[in-house]
Amino acid sequence: MQILSNFTKGIIKENPVLVLVLGTCPTLATSTNVINALGMGAAATVVLFFSNILISALRKIIPDKVRIPCYIVLIAGLVTMVQMLVKAFAPALDESLGIYLPLIVVNCIILGRAEMFASKNNVLDSALDGLGMGVGFTLALFLMSTVREVFGNGTFAGIEIPVLIDNHISILTMAPGGFFVFGLLIAVMNKFAKYKPKKKNFGCDNCPHNDICGQKEVVSDD
Amino acid sequence: MTKLIIILLSAVFINNYVLSKFLGICPFLGVSKKLDSATGMSLAVIFVMLMATAVTFPIQKYILDPNDLGYLQTIVFILVIASLVQLVEIILKKYIPSLHKSLGVYLPLITTNCAVLGVTILNINENYTFIEAMVNSLGSGLGFFLAMVMFSGVRSTMEGSDIPESFRGLPITLIAASITSLSFMGLGGVIENLFGGF
Repeated sequence: MQILSNFTKGIIKENPVLVLVLGTCPTLATSTNVINALGMGAAATVVLFFSNILISALRKIIPDKVRIPCYIVLIAGLVTMVQMLVKAFAPALDESLGIYLPLIVVNCIILGRAEMFASKNNVLDSALDGLGMGVGFTLALFLMSTVREVFGNGTFAGIEIPVLIDNHISILTMAPGGFFVFGLLIAVMNKFAKYKPKKKNFGCDNCPHNDICGQKEVVSDD
Repeated sequence: MTKLIIILLSAVFINNYVLSKFLGICPFLGVSKKLDSATGMSLAVIFVMLMATAVTFPIQKYILDPNDLGYLQTIVFILVIASLVQLVEIILKKYIPSLHKSLGVYLPLITTNCAVLGVTILNINENYTFIEAMVNSLGSGLGFFLAMVMFSGVRSTMEGSDIPESFRGLPITLIAASITSLSFMGLGGVIENLFGGF
C-alpha cells in the first residue's frame, strides 16, 4: 500500500504543477498544443524516472557537501541522452520543443525530487515517486494544453472540432493565454481540492529560492 | 549597427524572456513582490547573463565545435554557469563588498534560473557573432528587468483589492501576469515599422 501511494501521490495530491507549482516555465511554454505537451511530459518523465533511480542508488556515495553539483551533472547527462534520442526518432517534436528540451536540466521538479525524495529513500520507492511525479506533470500539461488547443485553435491533437474551428480564441495559444489558463486551473484546484498540502511536505526549505522568494506566503495565503 | 539595435530592442520588447518566451518564471512570480528585491534580482540576472555569454560562447565556438563535441553543450553550459556564479560571488565578496551586499542573496538563485541557460543556448542556436550574442544577452537581461519592475508595480496595487477566495494568492498573480503580457503584445509590429526602411 505504502509503495503504491509513492506512485499515486504525484498524480493528484501532490501534483507537481498544479499543487506544488514547480516547473512553471515548461508548463506555460509547451502547452500550446496537445502533441507538444505530451512530448514534453514524456521527455521529463523519462529524465525524472532515471534521475531518481540513479540518485537514490548513489545516495550513500555522493558526499553531502557537493551533492547539488553531482545531481545537476547526472540530470544534465540524462537530458542530453533524451535530447539525442528525440532528435533521432522524433525530429518534428525536437523542432517544436526547441530550447525547452535542454532546459529540462533546470526544471525544478527534477532537482526538487532528487533533493527531497531520492536522496533519502531506496531505489524502488524513488523510481515509483519519479514515475508518479512524471505522470502528474504530464497530466497537468495535457489538461492545460487541451484547454488551450481546443478553445484557442479549435483542434484537439490536430483533429479539427466542427463548431470551435470557426470560433476559436487565438489569444489562448499565445503567451497571455498561457498565464491565464494556468491561473484559472490553479483557482479551480483551490476550489475543489479537499486536501490542503502542508508546506513542509514539499519543503520550501530545500528550494534555492527560499530566502527571498515570496511564494511561501503566496501559496499558503488562503 | 542597425542589426545590433534591432537585436537589442526586440530582445527587450518583442521576445521578452519572461512575458513571451516563459523563461525565468519562478523568480518572476516569486521575487516580484517588492520593488527593491525585484530590482536586485534583475540586476544580478543581467550581470550573470553577460558573464555567462562571454564565457560559454568561446567555449562552444573554439572548444566544442572544432572537436565535434556539440552534444556536450547542455552539460558543459550548466556546469560553467554554476561555477561562474560561485566564482562571481567569491570575487564580489572579496573586492566589491558593497555590490556583494546588494546582489549577494540573489546570486545562488540564478544557477537554477532557466533564463540564463536559455540565453546562452539561444545565442548559439541563432548563429550570432560574439558581439551580437553579447547585445542579445544585454537585451534579454534588460527585458527581464523591465518585466520584473513593471510587474512588481502591478502586484503592489493588487495588494489591497478584494479578490474572490479561490483566486487568492497565485491564481490572481498569474492572471495579472497574463494582462501584463497582453500589453507587451501591443509592441509587436513596432520594430518592423521603425527599421523597415533599412
